[in-house]
Amino acid sequence: MNRAETTRELFDPAVLFKAAFLTLIAIFVLVPLLATFLGGFKSLGELRVNPFGLPQHWEWQNYADILFSGRYWQLLRNSLIISTLTVVLTLIVASMAAFTFAHVRFFGSSMLLSYLTLGLLFPAATAVLPLFIKVRDLGLLDTYFGVALPQVAFSLAMSVLLLRRFFKDIPYELLEAALVDGCSYAKFFRYVTLPLSRPILATVGTITFVNSWNAYLLPLVMLNTDALYPWPLGIMVYQGEYSSEWHLILAFITLTILPTIILFLLAQKHIVAGLTSGAVKG
Amino acid sequence: MARPIASTPAMQVARPLAVRAGRGPSWDGRFTVLILFLPPALLLFTLFVVLPIGEAAWYSGFNWNGFGRPTNWIGFDNYRFVLETRAFWLALRNNGLIIAVSLCVQLPLALTLALLLAERFRGAVALRMLFFMPYILAEIATGLIFSFVYDGDYGLVASIWRSFGAEPPHLLASTDTAMLAVLIVIVWKYFGFHMMLFIAALQSIDKSLIEAARIDGATRTQSLRHVVIPLLYPTIRLSVFFAIIGSLQLFDLVMPLTRGGPADSSNTMVSFLYNNGISRMRVGYGSAIGVILFVICVTFAFTYKRWFMRDE
Repeated sequence: MNRAETTRELFDPAVLFKAAFLTLIAIFVLVPLLATFLGGFKSLGELRVNPFGLPQHWEWQNYADILFSGRYWQLLRNSLIISTLTVVLTLIVASMAAFTFAHVRFFGSSMLLSYLTLGLLFPAATAVLPLFIKVRDLGLLDTYFGVALPQVAFSLAMSVLLLRRFFKDIPYELLEAALVDGCSYAKFFRYVTLPLSRPILATVGTITFVNSWNAYLLPLVMLNTDALYPWPLGIMVYQGEYSSEWHLILAFITLTILPTIILFLLAQKHIVAGLTSGAVKG
Repeated sequence: MARPIASTPAMQVARPLAVRAGRGPSWDGRFTVLILFLPPALLLFTLFVVLPIGEAAWYSGFNWNGFGRPTNWIGFDNYRFVLETRAFWLALRNNGLIIAVSLCVQLPLALTLALLLAERFRGAVALRMLFFMPYILAEIATGLIFSFVYDGDYGLVASIWRSFGAEPPHLLASTDTAMLAVLIVIVWKYFGFHMMLFIAALQSIDKSLIEAARIDGATRTQSLRHVVIPLLYPTIRLSVFFAIIGSLQLFDLVMPLTRGGPADSSNTMVSFLYNNGISRMRVGYGSAIGVILFVICVTFAFTYKRWFMRDE
């Protein structure tokens, strides 16, 4: 498109209207985020009179204090441990089940698959009290696994469906040829299916990771010790302690959502594709 | 699927070899896979998803605080107590409001933005990413950000009010405005997700259909109205499905904003369950709420799929 055309288009009322509308929505999305980020650099007094603008005096201390406290890092560490456990276990367990459903014919296969997909129909919250009692009776209360295992269980339905759909596209002839050459199902799974399925494993991993990283209800019910809290729990505690010292809370929020935003900017295509495909194909 | 390989000579030679090696595509191999690969998933799923639902139905017949064994059987009284609680109906109403706002505000907004941003122009991709970003933020963080936005002393809304010389409202502290404030945050957080669903659908539309409409003399609006939108119906039905299921699950966002208050005015079903069942360890009562929520979800999912998504 050449310059003359661009200029002409700029004065087209339809284009102007469109630009104005998009700008309005962009402001609606951005302002709360920017105000949070900048608010962390202000003093409490300045926040009260100037919550929107740039800080007149940049208070690096708010951010520095949090970054040099053990607390922030401990929260991130806990979240990372729980999310990693959840992702690794989900990928292993779901891909094995999906492989069976995709390649092994057996009596009751479709029945078992629909049994698993029941998990898509209702939220984890419905049975969270019995779940709490179960986890307690298993002695897993107040452990990372007490949070991770139920999370794995609840992510299985979606993961198995997505993985099975992908595995099914691997030609059956390939499996048959491999079996004839004396390769076992397990070896085929390990050396053929999994390496061919990196994109879908990445997608499932992303969905599971984001869900687990952001989860609040399950850790809230299963964990009692502050030292084990993942960041969504930790930040609520922090907010309770500094109830109206908003400049500190804003700095803390900014630092805790920073990993998510960095990850999103680095792998945006992947994350968008993952989260929407998970939805569409579910 | 046809498997022509099975009849090639190479296969007929290879098969006896494989049988001799004892690892051919035999029942043995399949059996090993079945008993090794399937149980972990089935076990986890049964233990942590299916059994708790069944147990919720069982526990809901007891008056039980979670310690020892449940002994005090009270039949369906817990359900009666739930249905007699005003907060339950408020929560149900709020879930209805969330669904209404999702359908009447969020969906048209997402669709409009998708139609605008599916076209190629400078900045379109950046705007898509910007609009999608709230969706990946944790609901807890989103809730905290907006509890700052709405704060009557330090927040953004207060500052706007003050610039007009008015006394700033405490939006989250009033029964009249708390739910409205929550609804705005819901739109802020989720419209980008629905927009992305529509953009993905728009990009998979066969461009020749729209071109054909143009050649036949359809205006932009006509081709939008009679070609593009009908092609998006399946995605619209899906988006509605997610909006409704999402509303029934909503919890994390409400906690940092209002905790369901004031006076239960902004509870959702799940926050009502949390406030009345979980945080007080009233296992029977909470389980009864859970079972009601479960029945609503499952009934909805099945009817919706039967009525609107039969072909998918």
